[in-house]
Amino acid sequence: MLTIPQGIYREMVAAARAEAPLEACGLLAGRENQVESLFPMTNGDASAEHFSLIPEEQFAAAREIRARGQQLLAVWHSHPATPSRPSPEDLRLAVAPDMLHLILSLAGEEPKLRGFRIADGRATPVELEIQAEETDYE
Amino acid sequence: MKIAVNGDAAEVRDGLNVLELLAERQVKMPDMVSVELNGEILARPDFATTIVRDGDQVEFLYFMGGGA
Repeated sequence: MLTIPQGIYREMVAAARAEAPLEACGLLAGRENQVESLFPMTNGDASAEHFSLIPEEQFAAAREIRARGQQLLAVWHSHPATPSRPSPEDLRLAVAPDMLHLILSLAGEEPKLRGFRIADGRATPVELEIQAEETDYE
Repeated sequence: MKIAVNGDAAEVRDGLNVLELLAERQVKMPDMVSVELNGEILARPDFATTIVRDGDQVEFLYFMGGGA
């Protein structure tokens, strides 16, 4: 289970819509299973079908996450026109250990966010909870 | 000698190169890792030839990307 404040979820949806038809991406950090911070990241591929984080931005985010006493919990990206399931490329490139992978699809009438733990090319769904009330976050 | 790895203090042997350091950190795919040494990103071909020095600040992180 990963808990995401409503405000952060809304920012993710807004970013996905703003970047569409390109994929949007970012990092989520917090404590335990509670997301507290969203780090919007540039899609280095600037593509509608691919994304990759830019290492310079990743290093900067990692330092800020440490400074906040948080941990990197998840990487998220949007699927502007396909379902929120890991693509073969998502499975192949998920090499970071202990990382959740969130996919936000804009393919349906409403945005659909799903989470996965991916290991050895296999994805296991992870339950996500979007907190109903606004929560303070950094 | 003493270095810092991803913000944590670490004691490593003299003469250790970056590739060996990653192996000690259980990194199985160094080709999928970016390394920053004292604030500068290190080119992957230099991992095996860059010796870690006392007091170095080493950061490493995994490639993150995918497709639709």
